[in-house]
Amino acid sequence: MQKIEAIIQPSKLDAVKEALVEAGVSGITIFEARGHGRQKGHTEFYRGREYAVDLLPKVKLELVVSDEMKDKAVEAIINAARTGRIGDGKIFVSSIDEAIRIRNDERGEIAL
Amino acid sequence: MLLAAGTAGAQVSADRMAVLEKAATDNATAIAKAQSAGDNAWMLTSAALVLLMSGPGLALFYGGLVRKKNVLGTMMQTFAMMAVITVLWAVCGYSLAFGHGTAFLGGFEHLFLRGVGLDPNPAYAATIPAQTFMVYQLMFAIITPALITGAFAERMKFSAMLVFLLLWAIVIYSPMAHMVWGVGGFLNLNGAAGGGLGGRFPCLDFAGGTVVHVTSGVSALVTAIYLGKRLGYPQKAMPPHSVVLSFVGACLLWFGWFGFNAGSALGASGLATSAFVATQFGAAAGVIGWCAAEWLRSGKPSALGGISGAVAGLVAITPAAGFVSPMSALWIGLIAGVFCFWMVVLVKNRFGYDDALDAFGVHGSGGTLGAILTGIFATSKVNAVFGEGKAVGFLEGNHRQILNQFAGVLLAWAISAVGTLIILFVVDKLIGLRLNEADEREGLDVSQHGEEGYDWESH
Repeated sequence: MQKIEAIIQPSKLDAVKEALVEAGVSGITIFEARGHGRQKGHTEFYRGREYAVDLLPKVKLELVVSDEMKDKAVEAIINAARTGRIGDGKIFVSSIDEAIRIRNDERGEIAL
Repeated sequence: MLLAAGTAGAQVSADRMAVLEKAATDNATAIAKAQSAGDNAWMLTSAALVLLMSGPGLALFYGGLVRKKNVLGTMMQTFAMMAVITVLWAVCGYSLAFGHGTAFLGGFEHLFLRGVGLDPNPAYAATIPAQTFMVYQLMFAIITPALITGAFAERMKFSAMLVFLLLWAIVIYSPMAHMVWGVGGFLNLNGAAGGGLGGRFPCLDFAGGTVVHVTSGVSALVTAIYLGKRLGYPQKAMPPHSVVLSFVGACLLWFGWFGFNAGSALGASGLATSAFVATQFGAAAGVIGWCAAEWLRSGKPSALGGISGAVAGLVAITPAAGFVSPMSALWIGLIAGVFCFWMVVLVKNRFGYDDALDAFGVHGSGGTLGAILTGIFATSKVNAVFGEGKAVGFLEGNHRQILNQFAGVLLAWAISAVGTLIILFVVDKLIGLRLNEADEREGLDVSQHGEEGYDWESH
């Protein structure tokens, strides 16, 4: 099993969700997050005071998929979230040892 | 026979006269009652509108501008005024402002609201119950100290805030209200009737530009300087935590301001309409002035700029509403929007004082500007306060009025600055004004009230 964590632009969430469903992913979890990579922040003005906002709103997705689904899911995210501009986000993939469905104690890929 | 007939004729005509006279008297009574009913309905409505400006208007406006950890503490400061100033007003505040006294302070005849009943007090408003006038004025006395809280936001102890503002209401608000509006007041338009120094400098202040905004704004500046900056200011960014709350608050302020200004006509008259119209025009032009200045300088017109401009325009039109034409109101609002932007954005940052929510930048500067502009634009066509056909404002030819306006503003500046400094010093020595460092970092909500505005764990 593989865990895919993707940090994307909030405006791309709907497209990514649809692409993942189309690819056959059954469940995802999302977080509203703030952060930045190479993309620096922007400036905001409040009553003439300038504030450098370097932590920008992002959405973080987390999904765990079977090993054979991994490439499909990653590709779906990339295709849906890419604009080609700086700030599109990152994807991290890592191995998962165990998955457990709380409702009935099923273990392994069947619990995904 | 003839003689008898003549006497009978005289008798008939005398009876007719009596009937006619009675009808005329009844008519006059009915008209007076109808006017009183109309005036009282408007004035009670206005009183409620002015209270709405404090809570939730100002509480939301200021609450949104502070950081998350201070939202309830900031709202509570304004809300506390709604409670404690009300009690103070009954005990002595009203009497010290509107009782008979000297040219500078009212008397003691209305302590505990003695003699303030349902009959009108002709010295102030002949067509509404004295209690209506009293409660209407109370709403002004509440919002004025509440405005100051914007300057010392996020760093004063709740206990110290209570003592400071209660003393402030007695030492500064009541005397200023008496001087401008009280019988025999030094700056009162009709003060000559009071004798002595009454009316020495007849100052045009329709709804409290000097009494409310100059006093609170100048006291705000003094308090901000006395208290010092917030921890981390100005290096640490402290943007408003919710411009949305401030936006709703500012719109409620605008709405309530109709009671503030048009209510100051003290009746449902044409003068109230004039003040109402001027209020709307001043506010609108204030938005445009501030936003235009901001757009030119920072490249974008912001929501916070828009609502700040509305308040600036409303502050400046406050003394002028009821004295100026709608077109003059547009000019006053526009100038105020640009001027207050300049004060808040450039002057504050140049001098570095931490007037956290710009109580001085908007109310002190806007109030001072409005007082002067009132002396320029006031016209006898709207309100012939000095008698029919007599010039009122500078543009109309009454050049001396500028001097009177300056006298009012100077007196308000002086009393506010000196009085506030003394009160701050005394309260600081007695109980300490400022939060300790740990409490300030933790925020007013938890450290002063033991609660949080936003509990994310609650379902």
